[in-house]
Amino acid sequence: MNWKVWSLKKSPWVFHVNAGACNNCDIEVVDLLTPKFDVERFGIKLVGSPRHADALLVTGVGTRQAAKRLQEVYRQTPKPCVVFAIGACACGTGIFSNGYHVVGPVDKIIKEVDPNAIIAYVPGCPPKPEAMISGVVKALSAL
Amino acid sequence: MNQQELDKKLSEVKNKLTGIERKSDKRIYLLCEVQNSYAINKFLFEGVGCRFVIATGIDSDNCFEVLYHYSYDETGCVITIKAFIRDRKQPAIESLTPFLPAAEWIEREIHDVLGIDFKNHPNLRRLILADDWPAGVYPLRKDLPKAN
Amino acid sequence: MHNTVKKPVLAVGPFHPLQEEMEFFQLTIDGEKVTDIDVRLSYNHRGIEKISETLQFDQVPYLVSRICGICSASHPLAYVQAVEELAGIKPPDRALYVRTIINELERIHSHLLWAGLAGHFIGYDTVFMWAWKYREPVLDLLEEITGNRNNYGNVKVGGCREDVPNEIIPKLLKELDALEKKTEMLTKAVLDDPILHARLKGVGVLHKEDAIKYAVTGPTARGSGIAIDVRRDDPYAAYAELDWNVITQSEGDVFAKAVVRLLETIESIKIVRQALKKLPDGPISVEVKEIPPGEAIGHAEAPRGETFHYVRSDGGNRPIRHKVRAPSYVNVPSFKASCIGQDLADVTITLAAVDPCYSCTERLAVVDSHNMITHTYETLLRLSQEKTQRIKKDIGGPELKMEDL
Repeated sequence: MNWKVWSLKKSPWVFHVNAGACNNCDIEVVDLLTPKFDVERFGIKLVGSPRHADALLVTGVGTRQAAKRLQEVYRQTPKPCVVFAIGACACGTGIFSNGYHVVGPVDKIIKEVDPNAIIAYVPGCPPKPEAMISGVVKALSAL
Repeated sequence: MNQQELDKKLSEVKNKLTGIERKSDKRIYLLCEVQNSYAINKFLFEGVGCRFVIATGIDSDNCFEVLYHYSYDETGCVITIKAFIRDRKQPAIESLTPFLPAAEWIEREIHDVLGIDFKNHPNLRRLILADDWPAGVYPLRKDLPKAN
Repeated sequence: MHNTVKKPVLAVGPFHPLQEEMEFFQLTIDGEKVTDIDVRLSYNHRGIEKISETLQFDQVPYLVSRICGICSASHPLAYVQAVEELAGIKPPDRALYVRTIINELERIHSHLLWAGLAGHFIGYDTVFMWAWKYREPVLDLLEEITGNRNNYGNVKVGGCREDVPNEIIPKLLKELDALEKKTEMLTKAVLDDPILHARLKGVGVLHKEDAIKYAVTGPTARGSGIAIDVRRDDPYAAYAELDWNVITQSEGDVFAKAVVRLLETIESIKIVRQALKKLPDGPISVEVKEIPPGEAIGHAEAPRGETFHYVRSDGGNRPIRHKVRAPSYVNVPSFKASCIGQDLADVTITLAAVDPCYSCTERLAVVDSHNMITHTYETLLRLSQEKTQRIKKDIGGPELKMEDL
């Protein structure tokens, strides 16, 4: 296991991306910082730029307008990185599947620029913060 | 104004309407043709003092409709102006934005999704569809298939 | 330097961890003051109105509760009210009370969420942590009643899906008492804090005339002295039978809007308490057969303001037109009036003050197409927090004291 992956597993810095989400998942992501869940004690830190991130927390169906921007954020994120598709929309577009402005889900959009992208799925509408923490831990230990 | 006074006030524009529907004390629909829409809207906003809520664009089979919804908060009455645009080939209606900034976005949105032109709109640019959405494709028109 | 003709343009956005939705506000500045503002939306546009036409009437609530996570009770309520008006359906009284309880609990957690974010934007992170901590019990209550912390899925045409079991009412009342104490403490702390006065008064003022021209709604309107509230003006659910006040302030600045939200939270606690005590017996839904042809309107007072739904039917089992108007759709454009002339350091808090539920408008865009980006969002946030520090230094005194009750 190389040094980068080791540090990723030790203390993942995550960047949150909204690709056309209703805000439910996003609020639960931010909730991770608050006293009840307090992910900073696990070393998980929410950063302000993809350039500092080890993992992307992506919410939303992937609207037509958001898709290119999501791909751009992915490109800017140093590799290796893990893309977490958070929520039913990000995992599989859910109830918005036949929307005329929807081009997702997230894995489809990311794989267009990197077929070998590492993608983890945390379903739920929204997934509870505990589910997100569990998902992140599981994915990183599988790496 | 109470509801009775409001009803009386609304009759001032009667000559511009093609019909009035009172579904209840709190739901009134004023029907008109496209050319009178501007004047009736201005009357409701400035003359009566209603609050603009939103506009609904509809592709009806033989025409377009633009519904302007207003709230007269004092009595909780929602007054909707239903303007009929009979010209399906080049649907157009006078923009309200010059006197009602609140209408700016919704007119741009209806323009995006239905292709109705809002004459004299100060800023009729794309609002909600993606930058690369094809021109001339109006998602809320009935001739577009429902599935993606 | 190239491009000396154009004034510098700032893009506010893209993704910032505490700004949940993508939005594109393009600011033009002259020195340190905002002179113009442009908004481009599209990122959250999912085409919900068109999707609605493919769903049956009783499936639409699941769709519209996902327009926005923090108004996820208000949208389906406004929608089912429209359909009930169309079909002449009257839900049973108990359902009306349950709807009231759920929607007020949503208002409480939404306003506390806002208080936390606003605190962060000006550099009061203790307020952020505190408000979000005390928001959790409200989410737990909602989960206990409806099965989910968010996206309750509780309203349907004709009534409610889940009841509030009588056995848990004593527990709910106890939680409300605890929450009330904490909210009152927060409110008093905010009202008494000279630093917050200096930081937020006179900032981001939306004058009454502009508030009317932009047709704003909710706390954005009530903070500018416009006393409108759908719960009182066109009563729905059980609001006409309960005793509560519409909260207004007249200054129109960020401080006024904060006060409105905090006092409304306390008012909401009172409403829930009354509703629980007066909860009538009986069923929570009526049978719904067909939806006849026609058109109707349903609106509700969401935490951000009026949520408005228009529904048209041709007698089939799907809506042929469903118009959704979220409160932020009229509140966000009013940034133009409240932001122009402001300092850069005040931009983030001015934007936050209308509590934009961006997803409600479904439409936000972040575009990075201008080469003249001089400040990122993080810079604007930092400027805002630094301004608070300067004021603290000038006035002296400790940061907001938040005793843990």
